[in-house]
Amino acid sequence: MIKKIFFQSIFFNFLILKEVFGAESGGMPQLNPEFWISQIFWLTLTFGILYITLSKLILPKISSNLELRKSQIQENIEAADKQRKNSESKLKEFEDIVIKTKIEASNIFKDARESALKNINSKKEILDKQIDEEIKKVEKEIEILKKNAPEKINKIAIETSSEIIKTLIGADVNNSNISAIVDDLSKKNGDKYYGN
Amino acid sequence: MAANPMTQFEVYRIGPEIKVGAFDISFTNASLFMVISSIAILIIFNLGSKKNSVLPNKIQLLAELSYSFVSKMISDTAGSKAKPYFSFIFSLFMFVLFCNMFGMIPYTFTVTSHIIVTFVLAAFIFIGVTIIGFIKHGFGYLKLFVPSGVPIVLLPLIVIIEVISYLSRPVSLSVRLFANMMAGHTMMKVFGGFVISLGIIGGWLPLSFSVALTGLEILVAFLQAYVFAILTCIYLNDALNLHH
Repeated sequence: MIKKIFFQSIFFNFLILKEVFGAESGGMPQLNPEFWISQIFWLTLTFGILYITLSKLILPKISSNLELRKSQIQENIEAADKQRKNSESKLKEFEDIVIKTKIEASNIFKDARESALKNINSKKEILDKQIDEEIKKVEKEIEILKKNAPEKINKIAIETSSEIIKTLIGADVNNSNISAIVDDLSKKNGDKYYGN
Repeated sequence: MAANPMTQFEVYRIGPEIKVGAFDISFTNASLFMVISSIAILIIFNLGSKKNSVLPNKIQLLAELSYSFVSKMISDTAGSKAKPYFSFIFSLFMFVLFCNMFGMIPYTFTVTSHIIVTFVLAAFIFIGVTIIGFIKHGFGYLKLFVPSGVPIVLLPLIVIIEVISYLSRPVSLSVRLFANMMAGHTMMKVFGGFVISLGIIGGWLPLSFSVALTGLEILVAFLQAYVFAILTCIYLNDALNLHH
């Protein structure tokens, strides 16, 4: 219902408006030559003044502003370029220095290591010699001790056995007899006790 | 009276009647808006060129952008020879643009919707371009009407067509701008009238059309100023660099 009224009203109003337009029969005001001369005069005047002011005062300023900015930006870019190159070369120098110092440091480290190794080796040799000597000395002593040991043991055995016999029997036994027995025993079992 | 979409184009006197001899040069509403547009252009571009900071402010940016826009337009269409005519084309473009844009404000008058204004501009351009052509090339400028590579049989016909097209340039240039502006403003007025007459129920539809048309008309206002300026550049290009 509302839709119907809506579309009817559009149609209806269009007719009314047409009537209204028709009532004002003037045609196009543009084609009325009454103010043509006035318009031409004012157009020439205003446009002329506009053109002269723009071309003589304002546009040269804008173009010089633009050019100035362009040159300034160009200068700035050039300066920045120079500084960048400068910093790049400095960076290279720095890197070279770092590489050099690294090589030096590794050299120093190598030298130190080699000398330390040499030191250690020489000391080791000396120590080895000393140890060998000591070992030899000790071995000799041991050998002497080994040689002496059976005799001492025999003596001790003879003395103790004579004392044991004394306490057991209560009589003195000839030492030579006992020693003969001990010698005999030690010859038989010596291998067992001294590892010879 | 108010419902007539053509009343917006009526010219009326503001102030006293001024007569020089037989000519009536009274100050009218059309004159008022020519003056307003010119003053607006001068103020904006004066403010935009006053200071020169490396980082431009908004108005300076506006002025410089429009400068480089017009400069690029001219160098693209007419080449480097057209440089001396830069300020003329720049003022022409700005004048037409500002007149069109001021016309978009309600209750204002659109200067460029009058055939006499656009025709005077176009005729001035036409005469100027023709004079430049004859100065640069002498009578060789007439070669413009004789395209190369056309069979001799067709040549008379082609020459007649070329002459007609050349002579119709001011008419087409002026009528294009005038008709576009008049048609747009009339249409907006008609849709505005529909809004009033349809009232609160049916008025929304033409109102939305009206809003859309306003956007379109602002585009047209810019576009027609651009077309006017670029056609001037093309005509200038014909006069400066004779290709035929």
